[in-house]
Amino acid sequence: MSADFAHRLRRHEDEVAAAARSHALRARIVLALGPATMLGGVIWAVVQPWRLTLLHPHGQGVWWLVVEPPLYVILVGLVFRLVIAPGVAEDLEDAP
Amino acid sequence: MIAGIMPQAEFVHWWFATGFLMLGLVLFSEALVGPGVWGRRPWRRYIWPGLCFAMGILMWPVMTFFTNSAIHMVAHGSWAEVLMLCGAAELGVARGKLHSQYWRLTSSLALIVSGTAFLVHEQNHWLFARAAFLHHTLGWTALAFAAFPVMLALRPRSMFAASGFATFFIVLAVLLYCDRDVAPILGHLSQFAGPPHR
Repeated sequence: MSADFAHRLRRHEDEVAAAARSHALRARIVLALGPATMLGGVIWAVVQPWRLTLLHPHGQGVWWLVVEPPLYVILVGLVFRLVIAPGVAEDLEDAP
Repeated sequence: MIAGIMPQAEFVHWWFATGFLMLGLVLFSEALVGPGVWGRRPWRRYIWPGLCFAMGILMWPVMTFFTNSAIHMVAHGSWAEVLMLCGAAELGVARGKLHSQYWRLTSSLALIVSGTAFLVHEQNHWLFARAAFLHHTLGWTALAFAAFPVMLALRPRSMFAASGFATFFIVLAVLLYCDRDVAPILGHLSQFAGPPHR
């Protein structure tokens, strides 16, 4: 094997390894977006518990019981994590 | 009687905030992985344009039932129109019926029209009430972020431009979640705004 070819092979291997590391990092970020959003919803619920009228439903109207914004945020994070993120991370890891 | 069973305006803002939050997450992850990986599963290409178009359709009943002045109605109508326009254009691109990358400029147009509508239809000053403050903030934010779709039209693979566009929807969601029908802002609430509630 010539030295030139060996250098090129080494450089190619380094590039492949760098791309794999970058893909793995991006996949982790995509998978973390949903839980981060859910955490935001949980923090909101803790900071403003009166926004969750389900915790104290007595005397609340129908709409106040239906509309629970911190739960909406948690739901968005959950849907993203379960429906969208796994496929994106999988495709990213398979990408060249 | 109908007013008694109608949801309050702030609830509607929170529903739209939820939609925009999902839009932001979808766009941010697309920006992160790039259009090549994102488009590997065809259904994913339709998520954000479809959601955008659907929110445009849902804005029409909001315009019909939740506006109390002509300028308020025109603002909501213009949001419905531009949401549907940029959703439809992006659906056309995703389906392959439209080919030019410059269709992305419809998103920029949507942000400029939306931002202008926010600023024009808010008749009160910044510290009148929280809703007024948010309208001014939303208007200027939309106008400032309108540059990102232009960048995306010129450089479709720019991660910076795609992330900036996605960030707009996250910011929009947060601001809409902050909305209350009558609430103070930075300790200020005009006596003409009405009684505050939580």
